[in-house]
Amino acid sequence: MIDLELLMLLSANAKYEPADLAVILQTDLQDVEKRIAALEEKKIICGYHTIINWDKTSEEQVTSIIYCDAIPERDHGYDNIAKKIYNYPEVESMYLTSGKSDFIIMIHGQTMKEVASFVATKLACIEGITSTSTLFVLQTYKTSGVIMKDETTTSERLLVTP
Amino acid sequence: MKLEDKLSTVVKEMKPSGIRKFFDVAKQIEDVISLGVGEPDFDTPWHIREAGIYSVEQGHTHYTENAGLPALRQQICEYYKERYQLDYAPDSDCLVTIGGSEAIDNCFRALLNPGDEVIVATPCFVSYEPTVHLTGGVVKYLQLRSEDAFKVTPEALEACITDKSKLLMINFPGNPTGGTMSEEDYAKLVPIIKKHELIVISDEIYSELIYEGKHTSLAHFDEIKDQVLIINGFSKAFAMTGWRLGYLLGPSTIIKAVTKIHQYAIMSAPTVSQYAAIEALKNGQKNVDAMRLAYKARRNLIVDGFNKMGLPTHLPKGAFYIFPDIRPTGLSSDEFCERLIKEQRVACVPGSAFGEAGAGFIRVSYASSLEEIKEALTRISQFVEQFNVKPSNT
Repeated sequence: MIDLELLMLLSANAKYEPADLAVILQTDLQDVEKRIAALEEKKIICGYHTIINWDKTSEEQVTSIIYCDAIPERDHGYDNIAKKIYNYPEVESMYLTSGKSDFIIMIHGQTMKEVASFVATKLACIEGITSTSTLFVLQTYKTSGVIMKDETTTSERLLVTP
Repeated sequence: MKLEDKLSTVVKEMKPSGIRKFFDVAKQIEDVISLGVGEPDFDTPWHIREAGIYSVEQGHTHYTENAGLPALRQQICEYYKERYQLDYAPDSDCLVTIGGSEAIDNCFRALLNPGDEVIVATPCFVSYEPTVHLTGGVVKYLQLRSEDAFKVTPEALEACITDKSKLLMINFPGNPTGGTMSEEDYAKLVPIIKKHELIVISDEIYSELIYEGKHTSLAHFDEIKDQVLIINGFSKAFAMTGWRLGYLLGPSTIIKAVTKIHQYAIMSAPTVSQYAAIEALKNGQKNVDAMRLAYKARRNLIVDGFNKMGLPTHLPKGAFYIFPDIRPTGLSSDEFCERLIKEQRVACVPGSAFGEAGAGFIRVSYASSLEEIKEALTRISQFVEQFNVKPSNT
């Protein structure tokens, strides 16, 4: 139960300090550190990333979503072919899905040309891939549960109420 | 003509709200972190808001039945049965009101004759005392004590009873103390309530915000169930304060009488809020569970922070308030809060605003983000340092 609460807290904010987490979870600092280490060891905690709104930086970033079809292999299904794809550092996320496409792949690149080149010269050439369909993201509204658009967040609550 | 002379005596004699007075101080200061707010910091979950919007789009813009939409009353009764194992009939035992506040006011009006006594467990929510006075009723204070974890004890209850006692007003989990009552605690009160034929008004608005154990009500005791009126609502559990929607559950005779006042004074609760509330009860439990988890994390952090700075603070099992004892600083609760906001820009509410029994304490709401609470604790700690108090282990 504590592990689950710990994961929920860290997934909401990876910056929580272990000392605060210990108080919140009514345990001690050592216990929290031990639990986090164990969760990392088991690869339940896989990383601590920052959500960045790249549109607000001077850095050019292009995100694309690629629907991809593939022929599964006897005994291995989609796993071997998936590995050939996700090993590319350009691939940010990859999913095997039900429905029209076998894979959904998310790619970040600096330019559209760079992404197009990756698809044409790397992805589409992998043996077993039968088709790709590339969609370029025009605007990110929300990612990892965080709304990217500037919206008024001023609290309407009165300062003191009964 | 002096318009002042035209005001009713009872209103003229009504004490100004301690909260209002403190709000006036707080609003003049910039960059305040407020731990003085008695409402959730969460916005109403989107699916509930959307249900309200949809109801307006569908043209549900008329009055509803006085007692509230039948579908909502049905949902409320099903919810109480499922969550708290209490049976109420939607047609006769349930009234939908404008917040819990209307239900409180109307219960007093329906039950009190001038001179009747109401035992009010205090420190308490600010509306109980003035609304009793409006009816000509008399408040008898039952002082909740920190050493009893702010529970009502049988001895304290017995001591308040006279031959004019008619009502007992309680609020568990409670504002401002966060105190709760267990089944065992209530069991000790039941024979007294039965013997003296008291009617209990049980404000259970924080019933979903219990962090250890489960919520229980005096209505769970069959022998006095017909003497208990339950007040609950959507404000705290579903973060719906602005929708102003509450309800009353109890024996049909009293519900009928209260409905009579409601139909003349109010007509019906806002229709849009009622449709949103149906969605809240049908599909909102996962939101309630998530908010409860967040409040619990904040509670643990804030209680630890206050005890470390030397202000003894009981770990409350419910609601979203702590009630630290600030007497080690040598200040009154008014002085503490005024100086704290002026020197460190943190707003808390003097315990005395909730009745004399709250003197020496402050109410601190943890309906704020963990980040805000951490910053507030740093500021309060800096403020308290000047009084050389020792860390407490409460």
